[in-house]
Parts: sequence; C-alpha cells; structure tokens
Amino acid sequence: MREISAQKVTEVVKKLCIRANCYLPEDVKKRIEDLHDAEPWPQAREILERIIENYQLAESGDRPICQDTGLACVFLKIGQDVHINGDLTEAINEGVRQGYTEGYLRKSVVRDPLDRVNTGDNTPAMIYYDIVPGDKLEITVAPKGAGSENMSQIKMLKPSDGVEGVKDFVLWAVENAGPNPCPPIVVGVGVGGTFDKAAYLAKKALTRDLNEHNPNPMWADLEKELLEKINASGIGPQGLGGKTTALSVNIEQFPAHIASLPVAVNINCHVARHEKEVI
Amino acid sequence: MPISITTPLTREKVRTLKSGDSCLITGVIYTARDAAHKRLCELVAQGKELPMDVKDSIIYFVGPTPARPGEAIGSAGPTTSYRMDAYSPTMIQQGQTGMIGKGKRSKEVVDAMKEHGAVYFGAIGGCGALLSNCIKKAEVIAYDDLGAEAIRRLEVVDFPVIVIIDSEGNNLYETGRAAYLEQQK
Repeated sequence: MREISAQKVTEVVKKLCIRANCYLPEDVKKRIEDLHDAEPWPQAREILERIIENYQLAESGDRPICQDTGLACVFLKIGQDVHINGDLTEAINEGVRQGYTEGYLRKSVVRDPLDRVNTGDNTPAMIYYDIVPGDKLEITVAPKGAGSENMSQIKMLKPSDGVEGVKDFVLWAVENAGPNPCPPIVVGVGVGGTFDKAAYLAKKALTRDLNEHNPNPMWADLEKELLEKINASGIGPQGLGGKTTALSVNIEQFPAHIASLPVAVNINCHVARHEKEVI
Repeated sequence: MPISITTPLTREKVRTLKSGDSCLITGVIYTARDAAHKRLCELVAQGKELPMDVKDSIIYFVGPTPARPGEAIGSAGPTTSYRMDAYSPTMIQQGQTGMIGKGKRSKEVVDAMKEHGAVYFGAIGGCGALLSNCIKKAEVIAYDDLGAEAIRRLEVVDFPVIVIIDSEGNNLYETGRAAYLEQQK
C-alpha cells in the first residue's frame, strides 16, 4: 500500500482550483484560435478576438477567466493500492475552500436548493470517485459554470430511435440552448448506461482533451458529423450569427439495458476549464 | 463607430438605440442577479422604497468574483438573463430603462420593453476578466449578505455592449443568425 496524506490531496486540489480558473487549457486555446482564423462572419470574428484577449489577460494577471468560477467538479482515479491517511472527501473540500478563498474565486454554492443560503466557501465539491488498478491518485478539477450547465438535457430514448434519435436529441439540445450557454460551446454527450450513468458520461466527456476523439471509429464519426451540423446551424459566437457555434463534440458511450437508450447532453461554454495532476 | 451612452439612460435615448448597435456605456450602473431581483420585487409589491434610484437606470446581471487588493472588482461578465425574466417587467414598470446580460428573453419582458421604452444590451459572456477593466469603482449598496449577488453601484467607463433587443422588439439573436445564414447561401 502506498500512503498519500490527506494534506497532500488538499494542497493539490487547492492549486488545481486556482489554476483551472485562471488558465485555459492549451487544447481549448488552440481550438478557439483555429476557429477564429476560419470564421467568415466579421462580427463573429470580433467576438472570438475578445474571447482570446480575455483569456490572455486572465493568464497574464492571474485573474479568473470568467466570473462564474463554477461548482468544483472533482474527478478522482484512485489506485486500489493507495491508502489515504485521513478523510479523503474532507481533504478535497478543504482544498476547494482554500483555493476559492485564497484565489479570490466566486463562491457559488447554496447549502440547500430551496432555501438558497450561500455556503460561503464554494463547498461542497461535486466529487466523482473511480477505483482503478495501481498506486497513483489522479485528480482532475473541472470548475463548471451554471449558464451552460442549465442548458443541459437528458432523455430516455427507445432502442428503435437508434442513431438518428441520438443525433436529433443532441442537435435539439444545442438549438434549444441558442445563445444562453455562451457559445462557442463544448458539447459533452453520454449515451447508454442508466439515467444517471449517461449524465455522468456526458460530464466526463467535457474533461477530454479536444484533440482526442472517441477511440471507436463509429462514435468518432458521429462526433465529427454532429460538430459539422452544429457549426452549420448559424448560431455562432454568443448566438449572434456565425460559423463557430461549437469547439468540439465529445461522446462517451457505455453498455445499456435491452430496453433503454439513454442520451445526456452536458454543455460547456468556451471557458472549458479542466486541470489534472497525478500524485 | 460605437455609440457612446452616458447614464442616466433616458427613455428618449432608448428610442434612438437599434438592435445591432455597438455601444460604450459610461457612468453609474447597478448590479443585480436572481436573489437581489427577488428582494427588489418584494419591496415593490409591498410599496416600499428601493435601495437605489431605478428611474432611467441600467441594471447589469452580474455576480463578480471578489476584488483582489488594490482592484475595484474581480472578473465581472454577464450572467444568463432569462432567470431575471420573472422580475424584469416589474423593474421596467418602475422606471428601469436598460438591462445588460446575455441570452434569450421572454415575450413578457419584450412586451414591457416596448410598452415602457427599455433596451436589452448583451455583453460578451465568458469575458469577465476583460470587462472588469471598464469598471473603475464598485460599492455594495444593498444585500451584503448575498455575497456575489449583492447589489453594487458600479462606475464604468466605455463598457462595451451590443443592443440585442431594442424598444421596438427587434432581436439580434434572430436577425444576426438569419443574416449570416443568408450570406452563406
């Protein structure tokens, strides 16, 4: 058993929260810049220029890229030969608490969805635990803003709806969202599993590097086809018209019940933040 | 050339602004999001005085990040406006003439804008670091307990916005997209 202290987990989570909110990942920046160069509509190009200027300013001054510094979504891959000395969940929440306070990040969590009193320290984090072989601990922090989260959708399709049903639902979700989630967006899609598994897969898909495609060629083709269709919709940056509506469509699939075809669409804005570290 | 707007934003000025116009706002604007709007509308319903002068005012839908030492405000870009749709008609009846946000608005809001003379501006969502450069001073004037959602009085200089929906109900989300698609044919 390899020992990892809870304190170490806290330090890493704190660092990742601050870093993710102030520095956009290289793959996302590269994609925005490429699409800016390929954008034919003048107003859309101008908006993309402001978006580029904004993340450059953020990284040069350690400022949050966006004021919605999000719910702290934390994905863990815990090696089964790792032992954490201390309370792992509390260690993560302490990292979020310290990161959001010391990093001057916005506290955007209410303690109860109906009484809506702010917890004051952005806890609790939304934590996803995955046990894997090995003796490492991989931590990904993906701060998730609500503007795009609120435009996300899930539907339990029938098996007979097939691939056309999946396509129609994803395209409908993007059309329905329109300007609201701050396009250009990243579209995370989860297909299969149960109701909740599909939603989890859609969220996990948003943490994938934009240069990676689904390893299965059929699903990779579907990603490409959906991206082309979304970028032919004309919604454009901020919904004001243009070619650049989405940066990427990332699909994760999973086996499903003989009677089910769940599809979840989790939308992210262009501030597609995620930072990873392996302990 | 962008149109310069100095607050207060009178109804006469509102009538001259057209969907698609780029504008630079200078002067005093107020921040409010869901929680603050709810309280403001409760005060209106009770016939009580509001914590700021709403007549000819611009309300910016924003919840900024905390200011670092020596800075006026943290990152401060627009939040999605439809969450204020339940409240904006009441605020427009009270005299508000401008809203800054991003995203779609309801028919009820647009009807109130047309009836009373108000304009909906869009700021670029996800550009909070850049937009905060135009905010020179920020002061909490009400509901400090709401944290990021408190009402702030902002002093802004050349704050960049685009008229999305004008006081006649013309909507750039519809016309901008249609113009792009037409040009692609």
